[in-house]
Amino acid sequence: MSPFGRKNRKPGQQQAASAAQAGAVRLSLSRTARRAGMFCLLLILVLLVNLSRIQVVQANKYNDNAANQRSTIARYAQPRGDIIVAGKPVTGSKQTGDSLYQYRRSYTDGPLYAAVTGFSSQTYGNTLLEGVEDDILSGSADSLSTRPLLDAISRSPVPGGDVYTTINAKAQQAALSGLGSKRGAVAAIEPSTGRILALASTPSYDPNGITGTGSAVTQKWSTLNSDSTQPMLNRALRQTYPPGSTFKVVTMSAGLANNVVSGIDVATDSPDPYTAKDTTTAITNESSSDACQNATLKYALQVSCNTVFAKLGVDVGEANMVKMAQAYGFNQSSQTIPVGVSRSNFDTGLTGQAYLALSSIGQYDTAATPLQMAEVVAAVANNGTLMKPMLVSKVTRDDGTTVQSFAPQTFSQPVTPAVAAEIQQAMVSVVTGGTGGNAAIPGAVVGGKTGTAQHGVNNSGTPYAWFICYARPSASAASPVAVAVVIEDSNANRADVSGGGLAAPVAKAVMQAVLNG
Amino acid sequence: MAAATAPAIPAPPRVRTRRATELLLTVLAVLIAVFGYADVGSSIDGKVPADTLGYGVGLGVLALLAHLAVRLRAKYADPLLLPCAVLLNGLGLVVIYRLDRATATSSAPSQLMWTTIGVALFIAVVLFLRDYRVLQRYAYVLAFGAILLMIVPIFLPAVYGAKIWIKVGPLSFQPGEIAKIALAIFFAAYLAVSRDVLALTGRKIWRLELPRGRDLGPIVVIWLLSTAVLFLEQDLGTCLIFFGLFVVMLYVATGRIGWIAVGLVMVGVAVVPVALWEPHVHSRFVDWLHPMASIDAGEGAGQLAQSLFAFAAGGLLGTGLGEGHSYLIGFAVKSDWILSTFGEELGMVGLAALLLVYALVVVRGYRTGRVLRDPFGRLLSIGLATLLALQVFVVAGGVTDLIPLTGMTMPFLAQGGSSLLTNWVLVALLLKMSDAARRPDLPPEPGVLAVPPAPRPVAPEGSAPPEQSTPPGTGDRSDDHDHGDDDHGDDDHDHDDDDDHGDDDTQAVPRP
Repeated sequence: MSPFGRKNRKPGQQQAASAAQAGAVRLSLSRTARRAGMFCLLLILVLLVNLSRIQVVQANKYNDNAANQRSTIARYAQPRGDIIVAGKPVTGSKQTGDSLYQYRRSYTDGPLYAAVTGFSSQTYGNTLLEGVEDDILSGSADSLSTRPLLDAISRSPVPGGDVYTTINAKAQQAALSGLGSKRGAVAAIEPSTGRILALASTPSYDPNGITGTGSAVTQKWSTLNSDSTQPMLNRALRQTYPPGSTFKVVTMSAGLANNVVSGIDVATDSPDPYTAKDTTTAITNESSSDACQNATLKYALQVSCNTVFAKLGVDVGEANMVKMAQAYGFNQSSQTIPVGVSRSNFDTGLTGQAYLALSSIGQYDTAATPLQMAEVVAAVANNGTLMKPMLVSKVTRDDGTTVQSFAPQTFSQPVTPAVAAEIQQAMVSVVTGGTGGNAAIPGAVVGGKTGTAQHGVNNSGTPYAWFICYARPSASAASPVAVAVVIEDSNANRADVSGGGLAAPVAKAVMQAVLNG
Repeated sequence: MAAATAPAIPAPPRVRTRRATELLLTVLAVLIAVFGYADVGSSIDGKVPADTLGYGVGLGVLALLAHLAVRLRAKYADPLLLPCAVLLNGLGLVVIYRLDRATATSSAPSQLMWTTIGVALFIAVVLFLRDYRVLQRYAYVLAFGAILLMIVPIFLPAVYGAKIWIKVGPLSFQPGEIAKIALAIFFAAYLAVSRDVLALTGRKIWRLELPRGRDLGPIVVIWLLSTAVLFLEQDLGTCLIFFGLFVVMLYVATGRIGWIAVGLVMVGVAVVPVALWEPHVHSRFVDWLHPMASIDAGEGAGQLAQSLFAFAAGGLLGTGLGEGHSYLIGFAVKSDWILSTFGEELGMVGLAALLLVYALVVVRGYRTGRVLRDPFGRLLSIGLATLLALQVFVVAGGVTDLIPLTGMTMPFLAQGGSSLLTNWVLVALLLKMSDAARRPDLPPEPGVLAVPPAPRPVAPEGSAPPEQSTPPGTGDRSDDHDHGDDDHGDDDHDHDDDDDHGDDDTQAVPRP
């Protein structure tokens, strides 16, 4: 007998209970039980509804949350695809020994290719090619999957793809060693295709030091960032310099193309010094011994007469100067190769002749990246047709099959082949008998142009030394290489800083590397 | 079996024992777990773990022993309960092993040991508890024993911010877990006896019929006592479950919805100040409302945010076992947060299946309750099923940001010995009761049945003799004669009683 049974057997309660039994209509136990059971099932239904909210409806919101480490973990769970130069990978992947981020980037020859590859860092993200081709290299690009639906369902990770660059290893090496300890940059292009053969920026740095995580990495990073020489700045693509006298090639193109001057051997109507109408400040020439007054364009280019080209720019006029500069690639605000390139500038809407005159000799606001000046000389060397510069020739899957290959594309035709031939002739004379003698290569035809650009407040900064050039074997009609070199060496003796002296030997080395194959 | 009605009822049809179904499903459950184990190994190491066979044999032997015990002493038991328990326990072991591989600690072996003890307890209950109605006699003993056990940790140092553990050497034990079953037994026993009094007598205050203090007193005292203890121990999850259990059982026993409203108001009044001012609980509420707050504050993802990330990463189909990153949750990932790993690696589809397995056990518990004839058995099986459902809801709701986190463990899945033992006992009790429900000729329990049931005249409904004149647990089959449903012991007979006339609004309660 249960204690409850005994305890509850009281007359009053019995009476109540029996009264209830006699006339009460109350819920049966199985009815309340059914309701309670429904309530329990409802609880589970609510759980399922909430799960569908989290796991399906709002899943992307959670997956994309910056604090969610999963995408980062997946990214470093497998070796990263490689960047390939001349058939050989210049990158690799190292196991970190860490259970969360298993692989980190490594570079076979970090400082040599830093201006091409950029870096891929677990702490600081990805830059340059590592950045723009990250989808391919990390394996996240949809195009890498050969069985997209199956991979999506099974969530099997797709191995990273490889990125083939157009870089010529020897030219790259020549550019780096040519620049040596000097601060500067080199961009070299194959004129007929736009393939970029060399991209160098000095001082360079070794991205190996910053690919992982931890205090050593952050320390290395802050050292690099606090360095006044800015080793991580890609001067070839991301720094613009006043192009100085090298811009005279553009002005010459405008003059010839618009028939302001009928040929390179025709005497121009140029005073020396030249003073534009709306100013009292005269433009002069570096050396008074040069016969710049009424000089031919060929001679003016040879000895780099400021007066002739300043006046030529004014004679061509603002509209046509802008048109020519833009045909050569200036003023593009979002140029990609596919790495983004800084905008090179030639002012539009200049009303005063004085500023147009200065702009036409590559001063005032005119500014160009080394790659931009390489494009100018490449267009001249390619008989007036500018090919779009390209750094990537193809991307492949891990198994070597091609995802996409890139064909050369024409960007513009700034000048006709006839005009281009005249400019080539003038540029060759710069090397054979002018300021660019240091670039001469035996057995090859070399055309070039020096530049020494003033900068700083009242031109107080050490001038930038420029040299742009192209070369072809004497027996060949096509030029396989066009180069732009800039050197901004503050340690050099100011008087020694000249395009022909500092920059031309570097350009020569790069051209030789390409010519000698 | 009411002797008087025996001649009127034809001999009951032969009831199938369904033991073969149980065996088949149990083998299937073991195979699913073994497959999961092999899958974890092959996705992490690229090969099937060498001890897969041993693991499978171990789990298989345990399941088989349990099955044999059921065959021996609970022949007519529900064939789904044991397979569900084996499946859940096996999957729990798989995921704990999987998390072992990510956290460099080894918890699976001790979980396997607890599983063994749990199954042993299951077998012991099945074998030695001849008739669950015996438990009714020990209701007060169980209730006070449970409360005493729960008080002990108050005098012990807090573990993980809550004083709910008894630590003996390497073994730790949560008395709150086993107390749940003891309290369910107490509630069932008390309500079985006094439900009529509670339902039909009382004072009317405003529009609510409130019971007399002496009727409801003991049960409220026990409930308040246990709740107070848990409150002191900051074990709010168990507190919530005790409350839910109390309210549901009270409703099932009395059919009075008004009391649920009163209970909810009381709990609201109690919870709001605690949520506002008790720091430990307050932080849980804040997390619940703003799971991403720590990210916005620049401190990275908190545990709840990490859990939500895990569920979201799982999406519809999951990453596959061993392929997720739920270990980022960190502390208690194998116990309180284990469902997040299921969510990430098995996806929403896997979780839905998992929840359905729980739902199956709950439904089977309720069905047993509807089939059983004695009020104690009915209330106990419903209470135990409700206990399971509430615990699943509170835990799963906590880790999915549906309700504030309470730090409890998912039944059968989560790492933790006391929880595992408790749930095996819970299933063993449900199983024994389902056996009694389906058994064609339930023999009278000598200890309980002191007085043979009085021969009862076959009377028209509504004029039956008072219930209290027959002791509870005598197999009185006309307990709910007012609606006349479920009068057969056959569990295949489950007719709908929604067409009944009785309703809350129409009940006429006579005054004493």
